[in-house]
Amino acid sequence: MSSTPETSIIPKIKMNAILNVLAKGYHIDKRPLLSYRQIDVIKNISPNADSSVLVKLGYTQVLAGVKIEVGQPFPDNPEEGVLIVNAEYIPAASPTFEPGPPDENAIELARVIDRSIRESKAVALDKLVLVPGRKVWVVWLDIYILDHDGNLIDASMIASIIALAKARIPYYEIDQVTGNVKIDRSKSAGLLPLNKLVSSVTIYKIGDVLVVDPTAEEEAIASASLTIAISEDGNIVGMQKRGLGTFTEKEIEQALEISLSRGKEIIETIKKFLS
Amino acid sequence: MSSSIQRVIRLPGDQIIVDKNVSIEGSNINISLYKLSENTYVITTVSLQDIGEDDKKIRIIPLKGRYIPKEGDIVIGIVTDVTLSSWLVDIKSPYLAILNASDYIGKSFNPSSENIRKYLDVGDVVIAKIAQFDRTRLPILTVQDKGLGKVVSGSLIEIEPIKVGRVIGKKRSMITMLSEQTKCEFVVGVNGRILLRCPDPELEYVAILAIKKIEAEAHTTGLTERIKEFILNEKVKRGLIKFEG
Amino acid sequence: MKGSKPQLIAEGKRIDGRGPADLRQIRMEVGVLKNADGSAIVEIGNTKVLAAVYGPREVVPRHEEQVDRAIIRCRYRMLSFSTMGERKSPAPSRREIELSKVIREALEPAIISSQFPRTAIDIFVEVLNADGGTRTAGITAASLALADAGIPMIDLVAAVAVGKVDGVIVLDLNEIEDMYGEADMPVAAMPSMGKITMIQLNGVLTPEEFRYALRLALDGINKIYSLQKETLKKKFVEVEE
Repeated sequence: MSSTPETSIIPKIKMNAILNVLAKGYHIDKRPLLSYRQIDVIKNISPNADSSVLVKLGYTQVLAGVKIEVGQPFPDNPEEGVLIVNAEYIPAASPTFEPGPPDENAIELARVIDRSIRESKAVALDKLVLVPGRKVWVVWLDIYILDHDGNLIDASMIASIIALAKARIPYYEIDQVTGNVKIDRSKSAGLLPLNKLVSSVTIYKIGDVLVVDPTAEEEAIASASLTIAISEDGNIVGMQKRGLGTFTEKEIEQALEISLSRGKEIIETIKKFLS
Repeated sequence: MSSSIQRVIRLPGDQIIVDKNVSIEGSNINISLYKLSENTYVITTVSLQDIGEDDKKIRIIPLKGRYIPKEGDIVIGIVTDVTLSSWLVDIKSPYLAILNASDYIGKSFNPSSENIRKYLDVGDVVIAKIAQFDRTRLPILTVQDKGLGKVVSGSLIEIEPIKVGRVIGKKRSMITMLSEQTKCEFVVGVNGRILLRCPDPELEYVAILAIKKIEAEAHTTGLTERIKEFILNEKVKRGLIKFEG
Repeated sequence: MKGSKPQLIAEGKRIDGRGPADLRQIRMEVGVLKNADGSAIVEIGNTKVLAAVYGPREVVPRHEEQVDRAIIRCRYRMLSFSTMGERKSPAPSRREIELSKVIREALEPAIISSQFPRTAIDIFVEVLNADGGTRTAGITAASLALADAGIPMIDLVAAVAVGKVDGVIVLDLNEIEDMYGEADMPVAAMPSMGKITMIQLNGVLTPEEFRYALRLALDGINKIYSLQKETLKKKFVEVEE
C-alpha cells in the first residue's frame, strides 16, 4: 500500500532562497540549470563481483554490481537469458532512509532502470542461452545508493550501464550428455554482450522552472519529475513521471528536448569511461 | 616574554595527565574529556589541544560533532509541531526544543480561548536563545531578548555547526567583511543556520556562494582575504561594481 | 562447494606469500560520505568495508529510547555481489544478524552513551568485498566512523582475526584460510585501556595455542590502532580555527 510521504518541513524562507537562485538560471552551486555535475567513475570496487562500478555525481554516490549465474529461463521466454534488477537505498545514504527491505522509491528506481534496459534490448538476452529451454545465464544487477545528494535515477543508470558493459561471463563447460553446466569463476568467457548503451535524463520541476541534476536540497522542493530514458540510437526507451505535482504538454515537450540532448552527452561520457 | 602556545591534535583514547593546579577550558569539555582517575583524563573526541607555555592552562577544542545545545546559545529553529500551549522546534540537534506560548507572548497563555497557531505555525522560523538544558529534559527556548522572535523575511541557509566559528571569524573579522561587501544583514545561529537579509537579490546570491565557500574551505589559512577577493570577482562578473582602473 | 583442501602453509609462507604474523596490506579513509555524520572505509587485503554513523539523533520509534543514555543500533550487512561465488540474497541471514550483535557489543563499551540520554547512535557496516575478516574490518571502520561523527569514546576499538592453518597459528586470515583452517578467532580491543571487547572462537585450539593466538591478535590490534590514529590525524591536520 502506498501512502502520501511525510513531507519534511522546509520553511518558506529557505525555499525562497533556493527559488531565487534558480530563477537566475543557476543551481545553488553556480551550475547552469540544464547542466550536470561532474561525473566520476571508479571501476572494480568489489573484485568478487563479475563487475562493479561506483559512480559519483557531485556528492551522490551509487554502487552497481553484477553477478552472473546459471539458472532457468522464464517459462514464457525459453530462448532468452534472464536480467534481474534490484535497488536499495542504504540507511547510510541519508538521515531519512531506514534500514529494512527496499521501499517503494527503491523498487520504482529498479523497475524504471530495468524497463529501459529491457525494452531497448540493451543487453543481448538472446545470446545468453546455454541449453535452450533449460539453462541460461541469469544476470543479477544490484544497485546500492551509498550517498544521496539528488538525482538518484540518472546516477544509477550510468552505474548500471557501465557495470553491465564491463561484466564478464564466467568460464563454463556444458556437459553435452547431462546438460549440466560447470563454471570456473577464476576465468572468463568474455564480456556480457551489449547491443547499445542507454542513459536516463530526469527533468525536475522546481517552482515554475525545469532543471536537471538537482542536489538533494533542491530536489526536496521539487513538485514533480519526469525521467526519460534515451538509447544510443536516439530513441525514447522509457518514461516515468514521479511526484505530487503536474506537467503541462508544453513542459513535457521541453523535457523531451532536454533529454534528447543531455542523454546523448551522457552516452558520450559513458563511452569515454568504457574505453 | 613570548607566549608560545603549542597546538596539538588529540584523538579518542589519548590519555593526558593534568596536575591539580592546571585549569582546563574549552567548549563542551564535558563531552571531549573523560576523567579516568585523579590526574588522568582521556580525550574522547577528535580535538585540538592548546598547551600554554607555563602549562597552567589547557584548552580543548572539539573538531567534530553535532550541535549539542548549551544555555545561552542563540539558535535559529524551525517549528515542526504544536501542542496546546507550546511549539516543538527543530534546532538541528539530537533534541527537539520547546518554546512555550507564554514565553513568546510575554504573558500567561490560555489555550481554551486562543489558538497557539495564530502566533507561530509549523514551518515558521524563529531566532531564539537556549534558556535551559540539562539533558534530563528537552531544551527550553526563550525569545524574550532583543533581536529574538519570529523571522518574517530573509533567506535561510544551513552549514555544519562546527564551521560556524569560521563564518564569524576571529574577533568577528569574517562576518564583518561579509556584511560590508554584500550589504547583507546576517544572523548566525550557533546551530549552523544562517539568516540573510539583503537589499539586493544579486548580492544575496553572492553572499550565499561566499558562505558555502567558507564552509568548504574552513580548514585553510588566509580565508578572509580569499573570500573578500571572491566576492569582489563575483560582483564584477555580475556588473555590480565597475573595475577601478 | 568445498573442493579439495589446498596447502595453506609451505616453507613458512602462506598462500598469499605472507609469514604467519604478517597483516595484509591495509588502507583506511575517513569522511567518505556526505550525508552520514561520520563514515570510513577500511581495506585489508581484498576485504573492503564501509561504515557509516548517524547520531546522536532522535529515537524513532520513541518507545525504544532510554532515559539515561543513548541506545546504540548496529547493522552488519554484505552487499549482494561482495562474496566470492554466487550472489548473496539481500535478506538478512542468521550470520548477519549475529554479527550485527557481536559488532555492537564490541563497540558499545567504548562509547560514552550516558552523554546523550534519549537519543540513538546508529552504526551501519556494509561489506563491499569479502575476503575474510569482514567483521573485524567492520569494527575497525565503525570506530573511525564514530570518531568522524564526533561521538565521544574512551578509546578507539581495533580488531583483527587470528587462527590456525595447517597447524600454525597465523594473524589476519583471508577467506581461504578461514574456510580450510582449523580455527578462526576474531578479537577486538580498546588498546589504550587494555580492554578486550570482543572474542569469538570457531574451531579447536589447545590452551597453549589459545594464549599464543591471543598475544598475536593483540599485537596485530596495536598495529591497526596506530593506523587508525594516523588516518584521523591526516584528515584533521589542516584544521585551523
